This record gives sequence, structure tokens and C-alpha cells, in this order.
Amino acid sequence: MSDPVRITIPGDTAMLRGLPAGTAVLLSGPVYTARDATHVRLVTDIEAGTPPLDLREQVLFYAGPTPAAAGRPVGSVGPTTASRMDAWTPQLHAAGVAATIGKGVRSAAVREACVADHAVYLATVGGIAALLATCVRTAETVAYADLGAEALVRMELDDLPVWVAIDAAGVDWYEQARAKWVRELPPSPDRGVEPR
Amino acid sequence: MLTSGAIAGAVRSAIAEAATTLRADVYRAMERAWVEEPSPSGRDVLSRILENARIAGRDRVPLCQDTGTTWVWVELGAEECPGSDLLAAIDDAVAQAYREGGLRMSVLRDALVDRANTGDNTPAFLDVTLRPGTGATVHVMLKGGGSDNASALGMLEPAAGMEGVKRFVVDRVSAKGSCACPPLVLGVGVGGTFDSVGKLAKKALLRSVGTPASDPRVAAFEAEVLEAVNALGIGPGGLGGRTTALAVHVVTAPCHIAALPVAVNLGCSAMRSATVEIA
Repeated sequence: MSDPVRITIPGDTAMLRGLPAGTAVLLSGPVYTARDATHVRLVTDIEAGTPPLDLREQVLFYAGPTPAAAGRPVGSVGPTTASRMDAWTPQLHAAGVAATIGKGVRSAAVREACVADHAVYLATVGGIAALLATCVRTAETVAYADLGAEALVRMELDDLPVWVAIDAAGVDWYEQARAKWVRELPPSPDRGVEPR
Repeated sequence: MLTSGAIAGAVRSAIAEAATTLRADVYRAMERAWVEEPSPSGRDVLSRILENARIAGRDRVPLCQDTGTTWVWVELGAEECPGSDLLAAIDDAVAQAYREGGLRMSVLRDALVDRANTGDNTPAFLDVTLRPGTGATVHVMLKGGGSDNASALGMLEPAAGMEGVKRFVVDRVSAKGSCACPPLVLGVGVGGTFDSVGKLAKKALLRSVGTPASDPRVAAFEAEVLEAVNALGIGPGGLGGRTTALAVHVVTAPCHIAALPVAVNLGCSAMRSATVEIA
């Protein structure tokens, strides 16, 4: 992976949409947290014509932070598994969402949606949430406060380290990175006939 | 005489410790992996995992925002009689520790018909087992949803043998490893019954990373599975590399003549547990 590119949204959103898979990014600007229950509400409200925010050109962060701590707006925050949101992602990209942030591999349908709507899936490292919380400048609940950890929170980011995991050409960096390091092992030791 | 209050106090302090402190054995294994990992991206992720542990320890903030379900396993001396309020006392300890620690409330009232947050991370998922003598050992594990979701249980046929068990584990990591925050620790249970094999896998995660199984045949199998998992190429953070798992811990048990139950419980890079001994 190359040296990271600094991207500040919303100004650089068009550039973000065009970055190739494997690009390391330091992301700054506003994003909105959305997990499982948030997606259920969000899609229901979009279909009812009453979305809690204008989703066009926005970035969704699959995350549910811990409360404020250590003088920071959130104690810890990091990505949750993106594939759990796959069912809703094509619809949200069609509604204008420019990028999503999560962790782990995603479905072919999401890759196709990234191509169709010129969007990207950004991944970051799970399990380093105390470190990633130092990249959050503000956090403010904007909708669904009753969902607790799953509320829709607007977060102002400052250099969050992410990489392009699926680009707008549908290239999947998880696959590419793994292909470079996978290796064939010799056959397993011959254990003969297993005792029955 | 051991009281329910003493056990609840141990639970409370174990939660605070586990949430903010990377286990010393896991920290050492990460340092070793950082030295040995040939992938530059993989090394970068490992160095961030170590930095994260230092920040969490310094600022007393959670290592991971998913502060998990709370699994409490009390190994209770059979001579003790801690009182009928034990279950309530442990739930109270969980609620208090999560509130005071600024941890995330991640438990719903009912999986199927009432997916509303309970608001205090209760109920605890509790096991109490008896052992001879007095005192108690209290284990607490905060288990993240991502790594638990990536876990699996299978009722294999005995003909599948060791090779089948190995394939079950490797296939699961291949499919789900990138979602479970690698480098992983793999807890593998083999044997028992349908309901007990998952618990074997979970308990295997409590063993210190770097300590092989005491039975040399099982230890050799652990090494073989680890090599196969680390040939998958997933690497730290899923960014490619050799360190997909730090260790494979296999716990075996007797089983039915017709059975070969296997379960793999994935432990994430921020695997959190703590154990408190009460004399």
C-alpha cells in the first residue's frame, strides 16, 4: 500500500469516489454512524419520504462508539463487520451515499452497487478503537437516540486511517492483498485409516 | 466463608481490567508477530494494535468499542455456599462495571421478538461449575459480536477424522477471518455433546497464548492447524500477510461413539478476559 492520501470531505468527496482499491487514506470531515438497527430505521424512513438527513454525498461509518472519556467525545470507536449491512447498501448508494466505512469482506451485490453508483467501501482496522477515537473531533447524536449504541451519530473525523477496500471499478482489496500472501501447503500428514 | 458479594466484586474488577488492558500473553504474542511478519501492511497493523493497547491502558478507555457480552464463569469450591442472590449480584456487578467504565451497552432483551437494548449490558451469560474444596476462580470474558459471529459449530461424522476437524476450522477462518479482527486466537472444542462443544471452544480462549495443549498429540494438531490457517494469506487486519492467527488452542473431550462434535470460537486481536482467584 502506498503513502496515505489526505481526503477531507465534503470538498474531496468526488476524489474519494474515484480512488483505486488499496489506496491508504487519512479521512477528515463529517461521517454518520449506522449499525444494524440504524439501517432498519434509516431505510424505513427513506421509504416513508422522511429521512433524518440528506444522504446524498454522505459517508456512513458502521460503528457504535463507547461514551465520551479521557477528554474525547467518544472513549473508543472502530468499525463493525460491514457484511451485516450488505442487504441495505445498494439501496443507500442509490440514494446517494458516496462511501461506507467498516471491516471485512462484502458481497458481490455491494461490489456491483459500488460500480453502478460510483461509490467506494473503505475499510479500517477493527480492535484498535482507543487509537481510532483519537481521530474523532466531535460526536453528536442526530437521530434514533433511543437505539443507544446504535443511534445515528454525526462524527467529525480528523485523519482517520482507512483504505479503499472496494473501488468504483469493483476491485476488492481484501482479495488482492490475500492473493499476494496465500501459499500452498504440502498435503497433510498421512494418518492412515482413522480408527472407527 | 465466600459471599455472593465477594464474587460480584471480583466480576466488577475483572470487567474493568479486561475492557482496558490487552492480556499480557496476547501483547507478547503481538510483539513477536510484529518481528516475524513479512508483510509491511501486516506489520503496520500489528504496530497499531500495540499502540492501541498502550493508549487504552494509559487513558483507561476500552481497547475496542464493542465491549461485548459478559461471560462469567465461576469455578466454585463445592464447600462454599455463596447465597441465593448470586445471580442477581453478578448482574448488578455487570451493570455497575459497564456504567462506571464507560463501556458500551450491547445486549438486547430478546434475539427474536424484542430486539431492544437492555440498557445496562445485562443479563450476564453465566456458568457456575463446582470443584473440590473452598474458594472460587472467577473468569470474565467480554466477547465481541464480530468474532463471535464468525464462529461455528459442526456435528461431523467420525469418518471425517482429524483432517475433517482441521478443514472445518480452516474453512471457517478462510470465509470469516477478515471480519473477526485478525490476528486471531482460535479456540477449538472437539468432543462432548452438541450443547457442550461450544463451551469447550470458548474456554480454550482462556489458555495463555504460547502455551500448547498438555497432550503432545493435541499440541501437534494445534501446530498443524495454525500452519494451515496462516497459509491463508488473510494477515493482520485482513490486509494480507502470514499472521492470520497467533495461536490455535484445542480442547478435547469424550463423546458418543457416533459423534465428532467440533466448534471454533474466534478470539479477536483485542481478545478480552480476566481471571480473579478468591481464596
